[in-house]
Amino acid sequence: MLVAIPREKNSEECRVAATPASVKKIIALGYDVLVEKGCGERANFLDDQYVEVGAQMQSDPQAVWGAADVILTVAPPSTEDLDRIKSGAVLIGFLWPAKNKALLDALKSRNISAMAMDCVPRISRAQKMDALSSMANIAGYRAVIEAANHFGSFFTGQITAAGKVPPAKVLVIGAGVAGLSAIGTAKGLGAIVRAFDTRLAVKDQVKSMGADFLELEFEESGEGAGGYAKVMSDEFIRVEMELFAQQAKEVDIIVTTALIPNKPAPKLVTAEMVKSMKPGSVIVDLAAENGGNCELTQHGKVVREHDVTIVGYSDFPSRLPTQSSALYGNNIVNLLTDMSPEKDGQLTINLEDQVVRGALVTHDGEITWPPPRIEPSPPPKPKPEVPTVSQEPVTIPGEQRPEPFMQKWGMTLFMGVAMLLMLWLLGQYAPKSFMPQITVFVLACFVGWQLVWNVTPALHTPLMSVTNAISGIIVLGAILQMQGSFKLATVFAFVAVLLATINIAGGFYVTQRMLSMFRKQD
Amino acid sequence: MFQEYCLVLATESANYSPADPNYLVIAYLVAAILFILSLGGLSRHESARKGNLCGVLGILIAIGATLFVGVVPGSEAGDWIKPSALPAIWVAIVIGAGIGIFVAHRVQMTSMPQLVAILHSFVGLAAVLVGLSNELDPTNISVPPVDLKEAKLEAWIHKIEIFLGVFIGGITFTGSIVAFGKLDGRVSSKPLTIPGRHLFNLVMVLVCVGLGYWFLQTENQAENMWALYLMTAISFVVGAHLVLAIGGADMPVVVSMLNSYSGWAAAATGFMLKNDLLIITGALVGSSGAILSYIMCAAMNRSFISVILGGFGSDGGAAAAPAASSGEKLSYNEMQADEVAESLRDAKNVVIVPGYGMAVAQAQHPIREITEALKKNGTTTRFAIHPVAGRLPGHMNVLLAEARVPYDVVLEMDEINDDFPETDVVLVVGANDIVNPSAETDPSSPIYGMPVLQAWKAAQVVILKRSMGTGYSGIDNPLFYNENSAMLFGDAKSSVDQILQKLKS
Repeated sequence: MLVAIPREKNSEECRVAATPASVKKIIALGYDVLVEKGCGERANFLDDQYVEVGAQMQSDPQAVWGAADVILTVAPPSTEDLDRIKSGAVLIGFLWPAKNKALLDALKSRNISAMAMDCVPRISRAQKMDALSSMANIAGYRAVIEAANHFGSFFTGQITAAGKVPPAKVLVIGAGVAGLSAIGTAKGLGAIVRAFDTRLAVKDQVKSMGADFLELEFEESGEGAGGYAKVMSDEFIRVEMELFAQQAKEVDIIVTTALIPNKPAPKLVTAEMVKSMKPGSVIVDLAAENGGNCELTQHGKVVREHDVTIVGYSDFPSRLPTQSSALYGNNIVNLLTDMSPEKDGQLTINLEDQVVRGALVTHDGEITWPPPRIEPSPPPKPKPEVPTVSQEPVTIPGEQRPEPFMQKWGMTLFMGVAMLLMLWLLGQYAPKSFMPQITVFVLACFVGWQLVWNVTPALHTPLMSVTNAISGIIVLGAILQMQGSFKLATVFAFVAVLLATINIAGGFYVTQRMLSMFRKQD
Repeated sequence: MFQEYCLVLATESANYSPADPNYLVIAYLVAAILFILSLGGLSRHESARKGNLCGVLGILIAIGATLFVGVVPGSEAGDWIKPSALPAIWVAIVIGAGIGIFVAHRVQMTSMPQLVAILHSFVGLAAVLVGLSNELDPTNISVPPVDLKEAKLEAWIHKIEIFLGVFIGGITFTGSIVAFGKLDGRVSSKPLTIPGRHLFNLVMVLVCVGLGYWFLQTENQAENMWALYLMTAISFVVGAHLVLAIGGADMPVVVSMLNSYSGWAAAATGFMLKNDLLIITGALVGSSGAILSYIMCAAMNRSFISVILGGFGSDGGAAAAPAASSGEKLSYNEMQADEVAESLRDAKNVVIVPGYGMAVAQAQHPIREITEALKKNGTTTRFAIHPVAGRLPGHMNVLLAEARVPYDVVLEMDEINDDFPETDVVLVVGANDIVNPSAETDPSSPIYGMPVLQAWKAAQVVILKRSMGTGYSGIDNPLFYNENSAMLFGDAKSSVDQILQKLKS
């Protein structure tokens, strides 16, 4: 089958759906690849590079769209391009079906099978095709770079001959993929980073990126379906806003990434807060496309309000086109790989495949969006379903099973009493000759106890065979029982000597054999 | 060097009367220190071989000193060894050592659990025999104190020591024999749960206590022996029954418990014979085994008592019940060897989780070859060992070492559990319960709370297994039905061989 990669129509869109590297992989899957001249230009991929890996080159867009069996795009196609696609072809790209009802109808009427990369389900198996995450990662990075660009000072603190520079303070709101990426980037530039998220589950991730996790004195978790956030209660939002208001006065940079699926972005940074920020501060609003997290954000623009720069771009990935094209290209290749099980250049649309089914928005003249609901993969830890949940750290199962007092202390108490009784009995009644023995015995027990805890678990088997051999020391007892004359006692002792020696010889020998096998990596 | 040392001891001892055997005491002291060094040496791989040598040296010194210093030339009476007994002793030692070395030389590493078990039984039986022999023909009793009351007490304590030594030895003996049978497959590894078995055990022990009282009271030698013989028989039954009731996969606990018992039996013998070296050694071994049992129990999140009472760990029985009862057939992914090889090749980070299935199938050698092939590919391959994987503490480590897997890539559960999220592929070879997520998530699961290897956190898990059957505990494993899990069915050895072939091609 012929896979085509057209040049993106919109001159603002710098990404391309396939890089020379990904084209090479597509060809390896058995497909023929046709690229439109100049398709990778804005992402710094040259036509020659595509030809080098085996793609055909075509300068006429009409021919590219018309010839293809599979078309890979970034943005949704224009109507003009739609008309060029042949019936029965497959279109793969960002389609945003929820916002583009007309597009779906157009695809349906032209009998095009369309797969929306933005609809790949969020399950573990599909992570490698999750283009939204790839793009969010880039957006988070770029957001911090934009902020640094508009910020008048260093991010990192320095002590120079000319004076001390305090580090910038960055607040990241929303610790999804983009938020975490922003945290990492800001941290990498040397800033002090704080992050907030309604989902307590991400606290550890935030900390692992090196940021402080801001917590509310409030009990509610914002974990919604599929690991996305959900709308919070009014009371929660009030407490949350107080926190932001207080933070706004302190921080230099705010990066907001708060999105709730299929809802306008929550307004988290009010005009009041912007006013309270230090002059020269920067707000980067990654939710600008969905209305913005900041009241003063203007979609697609950089504005300056109350001496604060507010960045409202919605095309961050496109502002890093080489990187975003490479990741997006890989996402698409991974999807094609899954859909070409035979590697014979034939794309099979398997409706049983959750990933394919999820991404497929039109097929066989039908609109197949939204897909039947599937359970998203469970989060790593059991998440409570009820929204009101204690903000206490998640209790680890098994650690906190309530134990009745007696069960917990009864044994200790019993042991203690028994010990005291034993000691008393010994002191009171034991003959003098017994005392040295019991002393030796107890001390030896303690020595053994101390020694054996240090033994590495990998050596437990050799430990057992050595102790086994050593316990053959009972041979001494047997030897002492050997009497010159032939008696039953002597026979017993003889057998005992024999058995104990088997133990000693066998035990030590086999230990030596085992130990000589253990070796370090060369 | 050692022989010279003994010779010196032997010649010099001629000047000493047996009542003042200082050299013997010193030799025992040296031996005891060497034993302690031996256990200490085993704490690390680097010093483990030295540790073993210390043990050998210690026991040679102990036996040598006893034979050379303990023998009193020209004396046929008294507490010490008579020269006339020497030939028999040497015969026994030579035969015993011969058998021991022969068996230890021949044994397969996969049969290590059996060997350890049977060796325990020897110590147990030796303790029984020494105890019986001592009662038949008392030797080595120190000079009776002048005080009569004290003398009587001492005699009592001596009798208790004999009684306890024989009892523990008896349990160790038959318990180890049964454990050996179970490990070797000669005895069904299913727990034998006869009705009222706890009562049965209790009655047995009470009868033994009664016999002990009789043994203490009676002055009659014949009655004494009867009490002892009867008790020995009962202890045999108790030992066998105890282990019969314990399921196959609880064997790590059982074997280490028997290890501990054999130590206590030796210690009791030491008390009986007033021999400090025996007491020290017995205590060392006893506490070592106790710690191992404790570690194994902790690794299964079960109390020692519940393991010993047995009944858990049926093979099958309630098998697959959870999946069947929920009414829905859960779907799982299946993979072929070449696909597994493919994903291994693409992986940066691979962790292999071996279990008893690997030991049974003898798959450790091809697995090592896989790790080598992957290493050439630039993939980091490590092993994750659960404390109770296999049938013996440290069983997997020995098998991997036998296959020449370097020990520094073989990690313990605690060392590797945090790394699973960064792992690309986890290969589970013949293991089941030790990677069961319900131990962490499902409070109704019988293994809830048991620490497990969090294999499910890896990007992909491939499970090599014969069929969809359950593990020894009969518990269904939700890991198998995960999105990112795949099953590779077949005998572990042949599956691993196939993967290896694809990897190499």
